[in-house]
Amino acid sequence: MAGKPKLHYTNGRGKMESIRWLLAAAGVEFEEEFIEKKEDLEKIRNDGSLLFQQVPMVEIDGMKMVQTRAILSYIAGKYNLYGKDLKERAWIDMYVEGTTDLMGMIMILPLQPADTKAKHLALIIERATTRYFPVYEKALKDHGHDYLVGNKLSWADIHLLEAILMAEECKADILSAFPLLQAFKGRISNVPTIKKFLQPGSKRKPQPDEKYIANVRKIFNV
Amino acid sequence: MSGKPKLHYFNGRGRMETIRWLLAAAGVEFEECFVEAKDDLVKLQKGGSLLFQQVPMVEIDGMKMVQSRAIANYIAAKYNLYGKDLKERALIDMYVEGMTDLNELIMGHTFQPAEKKEQHFATIVDRATNRYFPVYEKVLKDHGQDFLVGNRFSRADVQLLETILAAEECKPDILAKFPLLQSFKARTSNIPTIKKFLQPGSQRKPPLQEKDVKRVMEIFH
Repeated sequence: MAGKPKLHYTNGRGKMESIRWLLAAAGVEFEEEFIEKKEDLEKIRNDGSLLFQQVPMVEIDGMKMVQTRAILSYIAGKYNLYGKDLKERAWIDMYVEGTTDLMGMIMILPLQPADTKAKHLALIIERATTRYFPVYEKALKDHGHDYLVGNKLSWADIHLLEAILMAEECKADILSAFPLLQAFKGRISNVPTIKKFLQPGSKRKPQPDEKYIANVRKIFNV
Repeated sequence: MSGKPKLHYFNGRGRMETIRWLLAAAGVEFEECFVEAKDDLVKLQKGGSLLFQQVPMVEIDGMKMVQSRAIANYIAAKYNLYGKDLKERALIDMYVEGMTDLNELIMGHTFQPAEKKEQHFATIVDRATNRYFPVYEKVLKDHGQDFLVGNRFSRADVQLLETILAAEECKPDILAKFPLLQSFKARTSNIPTIKKFLQPGSQRKPPLQEKDVKRVMEIFH
């Protein structure tokens, strides 16, 4: 019955990566079933596994959960990464929505037509350094704690680390104006479950390459 | 304690409407401060009121909350519209995310360039009638209860009604094949707080008109 959660997605980051991060950080082992061609997606559509005909889908605790945010909220709630009360949850939600917006921009970069790619990348860097990172830098500065919310590791910290690493893949020195985020990155990367996830051989997925993007376009008709 | 929640947004539906619906359904009176020109938005940004320089922003319980999902989650939980446990919350979240996707698709219609409008309309109708409404019809059919989750009124019911009405504004007979959704619509519309919100003079906003698109774009772009 309980078994390990089973993730259904393509063999790449996309919208499933944040879920992999959260499960890994919570120390939860999981299995993956990869959609490698269009027929694989059609199969789980036709057998009624996908509530809205879409992936990500995660089999967990007897449910076939869909919708990235629903899945993440459930995992965060289940593994005590969602704060201790309503107000802490509110702050975690606000912070996570910010990092979701930033990572969403980065995620679609490879799908941009060649002539707008440079402009899109510039916008990512501008938003990261003037809209998003200053907020998290200030949050850490104001309370002086190791974690974003409630002086305890939460979903917000894990999501921020993921966003930082993705942003650094866009521009290696993107944290140069943010000393507290640099220290945060070092600290959170050393949390044992996260350290393990950051090592080669883990279920963390690499950056998408041309071949992966071409396959994703074929499978999802984008 | 802190007075009524205060909503900061432009005078239209957008990403604030779901929040208006939730507060109204919970019987919570609220005030609104409208962003009518770019200067109003700049003023809020410069004043440090907007965590990520964006609206919606809702002043509630001593917080200046931003991010529509965070705000909606907080209100739903505070007013007991978010299920009784983690699993009910999971179902509510899944259903609500589907409705949000459909609602955003519908809202995007007014912003489509003329040559794409017809195709976009067809996509809305296809998604509503083949992807989303069948799910909620089946949920109601399978458990035979009045509400989507846990045999109790929740944010999922509020948002489903909101989405149904928005879809009907696109195509009045869009619920033709969904008898249970039709009775759900009637039943939920009669809940006293919701009935009040549906009456003229409430804080419910009308759909965006073509003529307002330019003005809205000027504020936000």
